[in-house]
Amino acid sequence: MYLHEYNAKKMLRECGIQTPQGIVAKTEHDAETAIDTLKFPLYLKAQVLAGGRGKMGAVKKANTRAEAIAAFKEIRKMIVKTIQTGPQGLPVDAVLIEEGQVISSEYFAAISVDRAASCPVLMVSTCGGMDIETAAREKPESIIRIELDIVRGIADHQARRIHFALGNSTVNPRTTQRFLNGLFKTFVDNDATLVEINPLASTFSGELIALDGKIVLDDNAFPRHSDWAEYDKQNKRDQLEIAASKFDLNYVKVAGGSIGCMVNGAGLAMATMDAVKLYGGEAANFLDVGGNVDVEAATAALRILTSDPDVKVILVNVFGGIVRCDIIAAGLLAASKEVHVKVPLVVRLDGTEAIRGLDLLKENGGSFELARDLKQAVLKAVLLSKGNYVNTY
Amino acid sequence: MSILIDKETQVICQGITGKAGGFHTTMCREYGTQIVAGVTPGKSGQLFDKDIPVYDTVDFTMRNHHVDATMIFVPPLLAGDAIEEAAEAGIRLIVCITEGIPQKDMIKARATVMKYRATLIGPNCPGIISPGKSKIGIMPGYIHKPGEIGVISRSGTLTYEAVWQLTTLGLGQSTCVGMGGDPIHGVGFIDLLELFEKDDQTKGIVLIGEIGGSDEEKAAEWIGKNGTKPIVAFIAGKSAPPGRRMGHAGAIISGSSGTATDKINALKNAGVTIVDDPTEMGKTMLSVLSNKAVV
Repeated sequence: MYLHEYNAKKMLRECGIQTPQGIVAKTEHDAETAIDTLKFPLYLKAQVLAGGRGKMGAVKKANTRAEAIAAFKEIRKMIVKTIQTGPQGLPVDAVLIEEGQVISSEYFAAISVDRAASCPVLMVSTCGGMDIETAAREKPESIIRIELDIVRGIADHQARRIHFALGNSTVNPRTTQRFLNGLFKTFVDNDATLVEINPLASTFSGELIALDGKIVLDDNAFPRHSDWAEYDKQNKRDQLEIAASKFDLNYVKVAGGSIGCMVNGAGLAMATMDAVKLYGGEAANFLDVGGNVDVEAATAALRILTSDPDVKVILVNVFGGIVRCDIIAAGLLAASKEVHVKVPLVVRLDGTEAIRGLDLLKENGGSFELARDLKQAVLKAVLLSKGNYVNTY
Repeated sequence: MSILIDKETQVICQGITGKAGGFHTTMCREYGTQIVAGVTPGKSGQLFDKDIPVYDTVDFTMRNHHVDATMIFVPPLLAGDAIEEAAEAGIRLIVCITEGIPQKDMIKARATVMKYRATLIGPNCPGIISPGKSKIGIMPGYIHKPGEIGVISRSGTLTYEAVWQLTTLGLGQSTCVGMGGDPIHGVGFIDLLELFEKDDQTKGIVLIGEIGGSDEEKAAEWIGKNGTKPIVAFIAGKSAPPGRRMGHAGAIISGSSGTATDKINALKNAGVTIVDDPTEMGKTMLSVLSNKAVV
């Protein structure tokens, strides 16, 4: 899950990394207090879980109290739109108000997980402010990349290597080392998969200050960090996604689709969406019901799909392994009694107890459109989504 | 021959007294897998399923039994450590079914596995099966059929779908391996491709990848240089929105990397037959094999 900049900076500070003086404000009252406390010039930064804020005008500089208040009001009501947020955009949750810094140089510093090497990797670049992909393309010589031992952390010689490569004589080597150790501590202690500081600034008095901070936490480590619940809430904007997470359902809404999919297993769920697209339809969501689905969770899944106004057809594709198809069938029957399903429901069951499951659905009538394999299920769903299919099993 | 496991493979289960561990130990046994013991700390002296002894540690188990492989069903926050315990005790093949292990734990566990030169399958995977011989995992046994196709996949149920399509068309399998959907995992496509390449029983390979990471691109490079057997591949997630995690922690398109299109192009260039339609994985393998027979 992603962290807001102000939360990321809090984590960085806890691990000994310096950040500018700043206060996060949600209300105008809070903003005024912050503005009166901090020293001008100020930077007002929208807190949204999406990159590219600068380009959107969601970061503003203010030299006076009046400018700062006007900037706060403007940013607070912005809807930030990027590729990640989709066309509906994301509202600004809060504004981080920070003191401007007098800086001598800007750098890039990050630790992430290298999947191929299966270890943390430290990346530092003298091109601060530029994203690392662009730096890698345009100035590859500016980047130092070191694969780290997760138990050992950053060795002294590795810190020295970074220090002398940055070539900043006002910064003490120990300052660089302390900063790098803080970066690694932030990464390891918080079960992060990414800690990125861009830009990292040096001051004329030899300090290193994180002007921005981006942290991604490992969702799998959620159970051992009780304080993550707040971050989790901030990450889930879609009401249906919130509802799904309560039942351990993996649900991702896809804008513009009309076929609601309910599948067991992530790979099969993706493949089902791919097949829908290939046959001329559009999936409205990714929904993996997982391996432990019971009647309650199946009901919840069906309720989520039916409450999405974009969904014109529901496609259930279950290949039973651990999941038993007769339980899925019972869940569908129970759910369709409880939830009023107004759209056609195509069901494909295969694998463990599939025949019993299909028999259950047939015996109990209901308005299920049964399919004998994946292809037939997808075809039926696509035709039904276009409103031009009349046939029964 | 099959790869990695056969009729003789002697297996233990770590987490045998848990609900999932117990259930699947029984299922594997019914399939014909030789389960020799189980491990649950604090439960030594018990017998599982009437005659399978339970030990406190893997080390104790190894003093009393010959063990070739372990199947791990330990809860997520303890599973990384369980993998390390197995590697350190000297088990050659470690199959970890557990889903949701933190990446930090897996980075450590993987390093330990490498140190002891063990083979790790998973985590977050269905496991491995050599049809008609042995299965170490949670896949339904009956959808498989002994035969000549090797199956390698990052997915669980999508693997069942592929296997079922093959079986329905009369194409049996030599060995099927689900490597799991996590970013940090054990064996990869290349390790398994090497084994299938050397295995006489295997005449063709079905490779199932998905968005995220660069395992498929690396596999393509290997295939281009070393592959001689026909390979059919499907990559899931062509229609997935970028930046969103699609169930599997590893299935995420970040920036411009990890897209299905890149993977498909890389594999195509290496001479792999790409299936765009997941409903035709079996059919495509059949036609690739029969074309080869005609030639």
